[in-house]
Amino acid sequence: MKQSLFETRHKAEWERFAVALERLEHGKDTSQVAGFPKAYRRICQHLALAQERGYSSFLIDSLQQQVLRGHQQLYRHRSRLGAQVLGFILADFPRLVREEWRFVAVASLLFFGSVIGFGLLVYLFPELIYNLIPADQVREMQGMYDPVAGHLGRSAERAASEDWVMFGYYVMHNIGIAFQTFASGLLIGVGSAFFLLYNGMIIGAVAGHLSEIGFGQTFWSFVIGHGAFELTAIALAGAAGLKLGWALIAPGRQTHGEALRLAARKSVLLVCGVMLFLLIAAFVEAYWSSKTSVTPLTKYAVGTALWLAVAVYLLFAGRTRHAPE
Amino acid sequence: MLEPTAPRRKAPLDTRHQVETPEGIDLPLRPAGLMVRAVAFAIDLGIRGLILGVLFIALAFLGKLGMGLGSLLLFAISWWYMVLFEVLRQGRSPGKQYMGLRVVHDDGTPIGWSASLLRNLLRFVDLLPFGYFLGALSCLHHPTFKRLGDIAAGTLVVYSERTLSRPQLPDAEPRRCPVPLTLNEQRAVLGFAERQAELSPARVNELAVLLAQPLHIAAPKAVSELNGIARGLLGPAT
Repeated sequence: MKQSLFETRHKAEWERFAVALERLEHGKDTSQVAGFPKAYRRICQHLALAQERGYSSFLIDSLQQQVLRGHQQLYRHRSRLGAQVLGFILADFPRLVREEWRFVAVASLLFFGSVIGFGLLVYLFPELIYNLIPADQVREMQGMYDPVAGHLGRSAERAASEDWVMFGYYVMHNIGIAFQTFASGLLIGVGSAFFLLYNGMIIGAVAGHLSEIGFGQTFWSFVIGHGAFELTAIALAGAAGLKLGWALIAPGRQTHGEALRLAARKSVLLVCGVMLFLLIAAFVEAYWSSKTSVTPLTKYAVGTALWLAVAVYLLFAGRTRHAPE
Repeated sequence: MLEPTAPRRKAPLDTRHQVETPEGIDLPLRPAGLMVRAVAFAIDLGIRGLILGVLFIALAFLGKLGMGLGSLLLFAISWWYMVLFEVLRQGRSPGKQYMGLRVVHDDGTPIGWSASLLRNLLRFVDLLPFGYFLGALSCLHHPTFKRLGDIAAGTLVVYSERTLSRPQLPDAEPRRCPVPLTLNEQRAVLGFAERQAELSPARVNELAVLLAQPLHIAAPKAVSELNGIARGLLGPAT
């Protein structure tokens, strides 16, 4: 069949297909595109015919474009976002954390080990703090948690608008740290390990120092609440980063690229959970931890309850099969 | 699941990346190289700077509340600008749109949330140790110009397709070719006729004379003879 005959015979069909494509691409009413898959496969057939018969480049290129656009519409990854988010929070995230327990365990060991280790070191050898953290930062830290000053966090009795400031600050600062800890795992895991140890060192040193000089009450009652979410989140971000790194070190039977892609798909879900945790942490930190009207005892009680809640959530949520649906 | 078929084939001369669809059709994608992507990124960076500048000036009037909002916005724009644009606008951030680029999955489908989030989070590593050093190295080394984030997320930055306009075939008397042509040769002759308007007359003549000998046509009239063969292949106009 000559090309011009082929073109005239199928022209109307191609134009209809172009209209349907236009409609789908702009997300307009999709009721009239029921025949789309069939039309798409017809176009694919026409393209194959045109190539087999040696028709001109223009015809083949334009058919190829139509097929490409059709392919994008037909095989796009559609998702029901609402249901997925709910399912993820209720079941998939804790399941994933349990599934990746090896990385979570290693990351937790690095991070909490570093927190506790440096905390004890600084508590026992107080002058060590000045080797770890610059002196003026130590002074600033002392000013923030001075029990005599009677306020917590950054400034005296804060107005609601200032809670806002701190909320914004915490979100930006903490999620930034978590993202760094995750992303640097791509450097065969070394980056994640470094950030876990480093952040653990800073937190541990500050905690040890403040306890040692007698500011323990103000400090611990301030951090215990949001710490449950914040510290867990950093450990989990590190675990996600270590998973990326491990895929490069031991790709198993896949190529490095393939192993990395598979690992990345899972670890990005972990990072989504981490973001959720950090949002909660920032909220608690800005609106609850900084309250001075609550007695330390209440704060310890609530803080312990939050730690337990996080543990129970990560260990037990999503174990029954039907719960999330 | 679609598999990119490029590595198994003999490597093509150009940088096209073939994706085989379930219908058995090979779709060529044209990956974009380092320079054009760098320019697109620079444009996006400028736009982000501009948005933040304007917003910060506006928020400065709001005092403390403005500061809180400002740091939230800084977070949102620095980490989510690319993701939102890529997912909601079919893989095009404003900079990419301007440079005619788009991001797709390796199998040619539009980019989704997880892949976009991943490639933009891992940008942090591409930036190391300074100024996109690792990203540029990886981009220059990879056959389809992927930076590290692209490799992990399984995404590809390609040129978006342009609308084609129908080329006008030069007028000539349709005729039959003296020797039988293979399919590729037919396409080549048709391509010669279709692209003639883009070439200088001297170049057209030079190309046609090259073909005169093997096709058994008279060298002085080679151009019109070839156009005639192309017309003949195309069939009568309707």
